[in-house]
Amino acid sequence: MIRLEKRPQPSQRWSMATPLVAVLATMLFGGLLFGVLGTNPLLAIETIFWEPLFGEFSFYYRPQLLVKGAPLVLIAIGLSLGFRAGIWNIGAEGQYIIGALTGAAVGLAFYPVEAWYIFPLMVIAGALGGWAWAMIPAFLKVRFGTNEILVSLMLVYVAEQFLASMSLGLLKNPEGFGFPGSRNLQQYESAHNADLIANSGMHWGVVAALIAVIFAYVLLNRHMLGFQIRLTGEAPRAARFAGVRPARLILLCLGISGALAGLAGLFEVSGPAGQVSIDFNVGYGFTAIIVAFLGRLHPVGILLAGGLMALTYIGGEIAQGQLGLPAAAIQVFQGMLLFFLLALDLLTNYRVAWRKPEVA
Amino acid sequence: MSQVLLSLSGLTKAYPGVVANDDISFRIGAGEVHALLGENGAGKSTLVKMIYGLVKPDSGAMELRGRPYAPGEPRAARADGIAMVFQHFSLFDALNVAENIALGMENPPPMRDLAARIREVSETYGLPLDPFRTVGDLSAGERQRVEIIRCLLQDPKLLIMDEPTSVLTPQEVDILFETLRKLRGEGTSILYISHKLEEIRALCDTATILRLGKVVGTCIPRETTARDMAEMMVGSALKTPERSGRALGEVALDISGLSVPSPSAFGTALKNVHLTVQQGEIVGIGGVAGNGQEELLGVLSGEILTEAGAVKLMDRPIGRLGPTARRALGLLTAPEERLGHAAAPDMSLTENALLTGAVREKLVHNGFLRWGATRAFAERIIADFDVRTPGPDTAARALSGGNLQKFVIGREVLQNPQVLVVNQPTWGVDAAAAAAIRQALLDLAAGGAAVVCISQDLDELMEIADRFAALNEGRLSTPRPTAGLTVEEIGLMMGGAHGMEVAHV
Repeated sequence: MIRLEKRPQPSQRWSMATPLVAVLATMLFGGLLFGVLGTNPLLAIETIFWEPLFGEFSFYYRPQLLVKGAPLVLIAIGLSLGFRAGIWNIGAEGQYIIGALTGAAVGLAFYPVEAWYIFPLMVIAGALGGWAWAMIPAFLKVRFGTNEILVSLMLVYVAEQFLASMSLGLLKNPEGFGFPGSRNLQQYESAHNADLIANSGMHWGVVAALIAVIFAYVLLNRHMLGFQIRLTGEAPRAARFAGVRPARLILLCLGISGALAGLAGLFEVSGPAGQVSIDFNVGYGFTAIIVAFLGRLHPVGILLAGGLMALTYIGGEIAQGQLGLPAAAIQVFQGMLLFFLLALDLLTNYRVAWRKPEVA
Repeated sequence: MSQVLLSLSGLTKAYPGVVANDDISFRIGAGEVHALLGENGAGKSTLVKMIYGLVKPDSGAMELRGRPYAPGEPRAARADGIAMVFQHFSLFDALNVAENIALGMENPPPMRDLAARIREVSETYGLPLDPFRTVGDLSAGERQRVEIIRCLLQDPKLLIMDEPTSVLTPQEVDILFETLRKLRGEGTSILYISHKLEEIRALCDTATILRLGKVVGTCIPRETTARDMAEMMVGSALKTPERSGRALGEVALDISGLSVPSPSAFGTALKNVHLTVQQGEIVGIGGVAGNGQEELLGVLSGEILTEAGAVKLMDRPIGRLGPTARRALGLLTAPEERLGHAAAPDMSLTENALLTGAVREKLVHNGFLRWGATRAFAERIIADFDVRTPGPDTAARALSGGNLQKFVIGREVLQNPQVLVVNQPTWGVDAAAAAAIRQALLDLAAGGAAVVCISQDLDELMEIADRFAALNEGRLSTPRPTAGLTVEEIGLMMGGAHGMEVAHV
């Protein structure tokens, strides 16, 4: 009989080891899945994990890793602060869309003026847009006690409709021959979030993600607010006793995660995506939830997890192209990763004991 | 007592790092009230869990009525006529008495028959209880009756009671003892666990004393003084806390006309509470648990806000201030619930030192944490209050209850409070540590602080408090000097017997 016994102290070693074990388990069971689908499992795993980094075309894929990883890390860092405190912002996707819209709108409003201040203004507008969208569930929770999970999630769908309406209406390119979508910001120099080093994939969003990692690390380990966030997550009653004001924490955590998601949206729309279009969002806001947990809600962990997730994204695309694996299989693969991670997380606080059933 | 009901021989149970029970042997006669005495951590609970089938001994054997007895689970123990009333009740607040009792039965009879049986048993043993009342509305004493009746319905041969009087008023204790004596008269044996020596002297026929997992003595309580028993329990001469005459200063804490609803559904609202505490004074607040103690602490800690003027600290209205602001002004508190309220279980002792020490110990500079200073503060608490732990990096939940309690009290005392409010400061703490905590409170008051000690332990309050008041259903009685207060008067202040009657059978 297998029994779970609570450890007297959380195990540091397992806390570090579980993400690795989860990745290995995902490779094993994902490989099985690919095998059942008729693909050589080893080849599939190799394509996903090896090809983008060291394969023949890695000169093309490596910058892509930064492009995909940066928004994931940026959003996940914001989410992790709330998750640490038990505040569940599931609607980062919506905040990402709104950030992209407000940021792009500011840029487009200046068109065709060229000036140095346009891009910084867009950055501020993007952050504010995401922040404002996150303030809706935050305010409703503080004022009326609504569930932030539901409200933030449903606002994603509102944001998607808003995005469609904008790309078909207000922000539509007047010179676009009636096609949906805004002007291409890549062709508007003052508003373009270009690679800082040509063809490196290193745009301002990557820089912002790295800053966010450092900021979150310092906040959580050295700052009173970070301590209050952790305390609220681990023992809400003790947090109130310590003087933490829950409402303030909710507004702060949702606000920060919304602003960072908005920033990610702005960097994406003004850089790699280039324009506001109906299918602008590709689920970074949801995948970032996986990244946050894969990184164990730890800033450095999230950085690594963002990289890993970007790898499975790009590797998954290569596998789809080269091996003919269905997109759904790649999504299942990514889902497995989260599943194993959460399941194995148990080992941090519990140990597995094997013992024979006792005879009564 | 000629017949032996249960005999234990050589029972041993070891856990990693500690031998909880070491070669324990004694016998319980039929119709005997047998006391099991010992400090916290002496091994009483482990021993009782082995008898009740919750824990399997590593070695040793038990015999019940001359036959080998080795229960694999509590169900087997119950089938053999052994029942247990736990210190902490396992009742559902939202269900009624009969439903709660039915939940614990193998094959519950129809509710109407069960209710009739409950009435019958409760009348026979003088434990009045309406089977259809919701448990959430019952007093602690009444809840205990539910647990006792649940056991009596099984018609037990041996009834184990774990610290049954810790939640009762003196009058309720008398009623319980009547019931237990009646059970003894019918031939039921009782294993009575307690550390209250006077009770044991009044009720029990024999006592077995445990210390550090071993039997260190047996005695006939009626013929032994409480002091002798206590010294057997502790293993050394007891040090009584010293109280020196203290000069009282200005009014430090002033509560007037305080009424607040409880934040929780089954809590107790505070109703028109008045209390003043002077510098250098200790006010003891007694009362049965659940009569507003937690709410009173919350109102003082700042977790529950009130009208500004209802709570005043050194003449300054603080009713609308939160916990941090109150700490800055010198009002410190230590709640009853250690894990999850006074301390965060999964955080280290260093982080837990920061939890309340941030402001007064200046552990935060411009919002940034001073981990070095915080660690030093935690180490100071550990050293000054003799907290047994590998070090300040240990998680709070890894500490034993008593050690964590010393840490929690030490954390507040070392911050030099103007007013300190503690709830159940020595609950679950061994006698030596409890004496140390009480001494620390007395020293604090001698240094000019005002202390409010909320406790269920009347002996403790009589020992350290200058004035005594009782909480009863959210109302605070008028405080009276402890000198010359009799047990009967205290009982009446605590609300008498909550409508109970002594069995006249």
